[in-house]
This record gives sequence, C-alpha cells and structure tokens, in this order.
Amino acid sequence: MEKYENLPAADAALDITDAVCPITFVRAKAALEEMEAGAVLALRMNDGEPVQNVPRSVKEEGHRILKLADNEDGTYTLFVRKVEEA
Amino acid sequence: MEADYAALKRGGFMRQVQKNRFSLRLKVVGGNLTAEQIETVARVARAFGKGYVHLTSRQGVEIPFIRLEDVNAVQEALRAGGVDTGVCGPRVRTVTACQGASVCPSGCIETSALAMEISARYYGRSLPHKFKFGVTGCQNNCLKAEENDVGVKGAYIVRWIKEDCTLCGVCLKACRENALSERDGEIVLDAARCTYCGRCAKSCPTGAWRGESAYLLSFGGMFGNRIAKGRAVLPAFAEKERLFRVTDAALDFFDANAREGERFRAAIERGGWSLFENKVTEAYNGEI
Ligand code: HEM
Ligand code: SF4
Ligand code: SF4
Ligand code: SF4
Repeated sequence: MEKYENLPAADAALDITDAVCPITFVRAKAALEEMEAGAVLALRMNDGEPVQNVPRSVKEEGHRILKLADNEDGTYTLFVRKVEEA
Repeated sequence: MEADYAALKRGGFMRQVQKNRFSLRLKVVGGNLTAEQIETVARVARAFGKGYVHLTSRQGVEIPFIRLEDVNAVQEALRAGGVDTGVCGPRVRTVTACQGASVCPSGCIETSALAMEISARYYGRSLPHKFKFGVTGCQNNCLKAEENDVGVKGAYIVRWIKEDCTLCGVCLKACRENALSERDGEIVLDAARCTYCGRCAKSCPTGAWRGESAYLLSFGGMFGNRIAKGRAVLPAFAEKERLFRVTDAALDFFDANAREGERFRAAIERGGWSLFENKVTEAYNGEI
C-alpha cells in the first residue's frame, strides 16, 4: 500500500486510542510539551471524533502537521513536528 | 392614571401578574452588553426593581418589578447610562448572535457586527406578527439559527489549492460529510455532499483550503406554541448586499402577504413555499 511509504521518522510515540475527547488532546498537548523543538511525535488515535478534531487542535496549538496515516485498523497516526512558541 | 398597556408593551414594559408592576425588556444586540451598560442595569434594578434581572431565552435582559409611576424615571436612567429599552409585540425583536469568528475559532463569519447591522436596519419594525433574527457563526449552530423567522448561519465556500497541499490527509478525516477523497495526488471535493462547514479549511496545516466566508439563510422557523424548523431555500453566498436584498424581500413578503396576527411561517405556508421561494430567489438574483 502506497500510504505506508515515506512516512516521517518519529522521535516519540503516543497512543491515545484509549482516551476520549477532550482527554485525547490534553494528552497529546502534554506529550508535545515534553519534547524538543523540531522533534516528531507519532500520535495514534481512533477514527471518529479524535481524528476529526485532534489534528486541528494540534494545528491551532501552533505545531506542524506532517501526515495523517490510515493504519487501516480503525486507527490513524498523526505525525507532528513540535514547534516552540515564539 | 389609566395605563396605556399597548404603548408600554411597545416600549418593552411587560405587564406582570402583580398589579402595576412591569418587567422591562432591554435592548441587547447579539448577546453583548458593555460593562458600563451592565452597571447601569444593575443600578436601575436596585433602585427601581427588586435588585435582580431575568435573562430571557433569546439573550434578552429584563428588569422585573418596575412600578408604573417609575416608568419615565427608569427610561431616563437607562438612556443616560447607554442602555436602550426593548420592544415587544408584532415587530422585529432582539437580534441574537453567537460570538462568531472574531472570538470563536470555529467561526466562519463575524456575527456580532452582522447582528448590529441587522438590528440597525430592522429592529422594532412593525410587521403582522413578531419576527426574530438569529445569527450563528458556523454549522455547530450554537445559536440555533433555524429557530428563528430568519436564521443566518456562517459558512465557508471552500477551494483547494494544489500547490499548497502536502497530501497530509488531515482534511479527508476532518470532513464529517465524506465529501473529500484523494485521487491521483489531488483532493477531490464532492460538491453534492459539501455542507460548507469549513472544517477542511480550519484543519488544513498548510492553508491549502481557502475558505470564503458565506451566509446560509433559513426562513420560517419558530419555537413557541408551534414548533417548526426554518428552511434553507437558497444556496450559500458571500455578498452582504445580497443578504440584505434577500432579507428585505422576506420582510416585504411577510408585510404584503400575512393576515393580521399571522406568523411568518404560517403566511409562507398559506401562500405556498414556491411563491415565497420565487420572491427571495428574485432578490437573490437581483431581479428586483
Ligand atoms: C481534541 C479534543 C476535543 C475534541 C475532539 C472535542 C470534541 C467536542 C465535540 C465534537 C463537541 C460537540 C460540539 C458540537 O456541538 O458539535 C464538544 C463540545 C464541548 N467540548 Fe470538546 N472537544 C475537545 C476538546 C475540549 C477541551 C480541551 C475542552 C475543555 C477543557 C472541551 C470542552 C467541551 C465542552 C464544555 C463542550 C460542550 C459545549 C456545549 O455544547 O455547550 N472540549 N467537544
Ligand atoms: S456557532 Fe460556531 S462560531 Fe458560533 S459559537 Fe458555535 S462554534 Fe463558535
Ligand atoms: S466545507 Fe465541510 S463539508 Fe465541505 S468539504 Fe470542507 S469539511 Fe467537507
Ligand atoms: S489538510 Fe491541507 S495539506 Fe492536508 S491533504 Fe488536505 S488540503 Fe492537503
């Protein structure tokens, strides 16, 4: 499957498939805060509300979204590059 | 003194159960009051009412327990403090609004400014029955546009810019209508499914979706003795002058076609939706 090629390399991974909104985003935010600027987080989340909303919330926090990959098991992985606030 | 209840009601004084006591309705536009206005209201409620206000279901403020003999003094005190009294009866009522794009990240249009414009144009205008406008900033519909005689809902008419797209895939999932798909390196929009919600543009990390602010109107909503959802009979459009051309036509239709005491919805239904649709479509197209 072409989708699995050229995925960004991740420096850290977080699985939020066991959380519901808004805890999903709260945990993603906390994980990103722990990371160095420029590092990439692979964030695994469920289909439905999380994948509809979390990418946008992460964007609104100012981080750089690289890719949303469909894991084809009802989950998605969002690759996010941490951006330090100016 | 024999009270002119009709005149008092027109000026926002609602007769209470208690003899010679009135609950005074104030003018609020889009749900916003300045701190100064709130202080004025508090002072008046303390001096002339019972020291409290009632918040109505449509963002209105009422000061209950005003005495008949204080009506003039109350009006004066309010006016001096920058507060206008409201209206009741068969006319255009409080224009409600959510906070919209100037405050809310989901907003697709500036609701507060639009509510002020609508209010300046129509507030208090006499019609065959009461008439309500509501302005909501996006499809989340916090302001419940379709409950109103005319509902205005913010929308985005979206356009994909190939050069700015990294094919990250976020928009495909942000869209709740399944209107988007990826085909051969392009994001394809199924226009028949698109509700103009703007979620794709709001979520795109690279700004590859351009969202043009637009209005979606609904007509004939009411949520009182009879409950009916306002209907959208026009496509989304971006131009404010077109908005006012259409709302002018809708109010003129109501004035010309309603029987005394008939709600907008009932007047539309008696004449038939197609007659009404023709009128507003003419205005939409600029044929009047
Ligand atoms: C990415 C994480 C989040 C997701 C996916 C999410 C999702 C949602 C959705 C879909 C709604 C319903 C909106 C509608 O009416 O269509 C909602 C409402 C709400 N959310 Fe969140 N949300 C998130 C984060 C948050 C956070 C961080 C808070 C506050 C700490 C929060 C508080 C609320 C509240 C209070 C409502 C109810 C609003 C109302 O209807 O009055 N949410 N959320
Ligand atoms: S309707 Fe939209 S713009 Fe208005 S408050 Fe709700 S989410 Fe925000
Ligand atoms: S505007 Fe809304 S419905 Fe239309 S494509 Fe974008 S997300 Fe989907
Ligand atoms: S969210 Fe933006 S960058 Fe990502 S696929 Fe959609 S249009 Fe392209």
